[in-house]
Amino acid sequence: MRRCRLVVVAMTLGLLSLPAQAIGLEADGPGVVGQLVDWFVAPAQWHGPASLPTRIVEHLYYMTSAMAIALLIALPVGIGLGHWGRGGLLAINVANMGRAVPSFGLVILMFLLVGFGFVPVLVALVALAIPPMVTNSYVGMQAVDPAVRTAAIALGLSRWQRLWQVELPIAMPLVMAGIRTSAVQVLSTATLAAYVGLGGLGRYLIDGLAQQQLAQVVGGALVVAVLAVLLELLLAGLQGLLVSPGLRRNG
Amino acid sequence: MSLVQWEWVARHAGEIGAQLGQHVLLTGLAVGLGLMIAFPLALAAVRWPRFYGPSLGLTGILFTVPSLALFILLIPFTGLSIATSLIGLTIYTLLILFRNIVAGLRGVPADVSEAAKALGYSRGRQLLQVELPIALPVIMAGVRIAAVTTIGMVTVTALIGQGGLGQLFITGFTLHFTTPLLVGFVLSIGLAVGVDLLLAGLLWWLTPWQRGRAT
Repeated sequence: MRRCRLVVVAMTLGLLSLPAQAIGLEADGPGVVGQLVDWFVAPAQWHGPASLPTRIVEHLYYMTSAMAIALLIALPVGIGLGHWGRGGLLAINVANMGRAVPSFGLVILMFLLVGFGFVPVLVALVALAIPPMVTNSYVGMQAVDPAVRTAAIALGLSRWQRLWQVELPIAMPLVMAGIRTSAVQVLSTATLAAYVGLGGLGRYLIDGLAQQQLAQVVGGALVVAVLAVLLELLLAGLQGLLVSPGLRRNG
Repeated sequence: MSLVQWEWVARHAGEIGAQLGQHVLLTGLAVGLGLMIAFPLALAAVRWPRFYGPSLGLTGILFTVPSLALFILLIPFTGLSIATSLIGLTIYTLLILFRNIVAGLRGVPADVSEAAKALGYSRGRQLLQVELPIALPVIMAGVRIAAVTTIGMVTVTALIGQGGLGQLFITGFTLHFTTPLLVGFVLSIGLAVGVDLLLAGLLWWLTPWQRGRAT
């Protein structure tokens, strides 16, 4: 898996080193790579309010605040419903319904209804992050073997202990799968925050498209792409730590 | 001020219809191309299991890349054209389709395949007449997810000049006017739900032996 990820990165870089031709955007002078390198080493990218570090921090701030709120809502709901075996139809279908909602439209809708600011974007991001986590944690809790549940009761564990020490650890791979899906989606949609006037890495994409600056657009897109891949790898690693070794052995 | 001015909708019905048409076209082409690419890949992955991990890793990593970023990374090659949108959308359908086709084909009971072989079916006939029909429900589940996801994602391509109903979002944003936005929003969700139901119906029609069974 890891080796093939490296191959993909290498392939992407190789493709980008082709000379820019047949481009709608302006790409005169050196090829795309030359422009990109110039863009990345320019002082404006490293100092000041529009620098890469600032934009990355803004972007991560949007993502983490939305994920924090969504986690606090989605996990108790999904885990609770799964534990008590209630509301299954809703819990299972909410992810499908969420997929049908166009995130771009939702961000603009919140902007038009609430106005400029962080809150409308936050609401849109939270709304997008909740469904996958509810569905996955519900399914994970439901999939716990009834024999295991009964055994836990027979051992005299309280409801709380059963939830925390037996059911949740078994459901953890699916709970984490939901968190990964949501986190990557929120990171991705956070680029659209720039469209309604906020910061974050989307600024490079939106401004670059508007100003027809290929280097800025592609440079920003590369940074977002790398950030998303890193987030996915980080969460995969976290999942490895959180999932009990006994479960891992059984695959 | 009401959220939707029906007068605007009536005046722009033609334009709305055209964007809806482009939306359907982009989605259909992306899912169709995705199927055409994912299918041979999945067959190879089932035949040579060592191929499965790397393919899943490759499609998985592409799936992680934010859609807007992926569309933009294609601009140096294909410009602000419909090809850019189409290639990007197709890439996103790949992971979902590939994973489900492999799961579907792997789910075919070994004794059924062996029975087909014993009956003298050629490899191709065995695939088309025995394995594919059995795998169809799982494959169709993938096609449904891919189609619904793509319908949402098409709107993002409005930022690179395509977008179907996404163009209505941009109109709504630039005019600070909720009517086009809501029209696009509702049509996009409606299209997703409609296509999902249509594909579910198609599966029902294609798999008469499954009817009456609890799914």
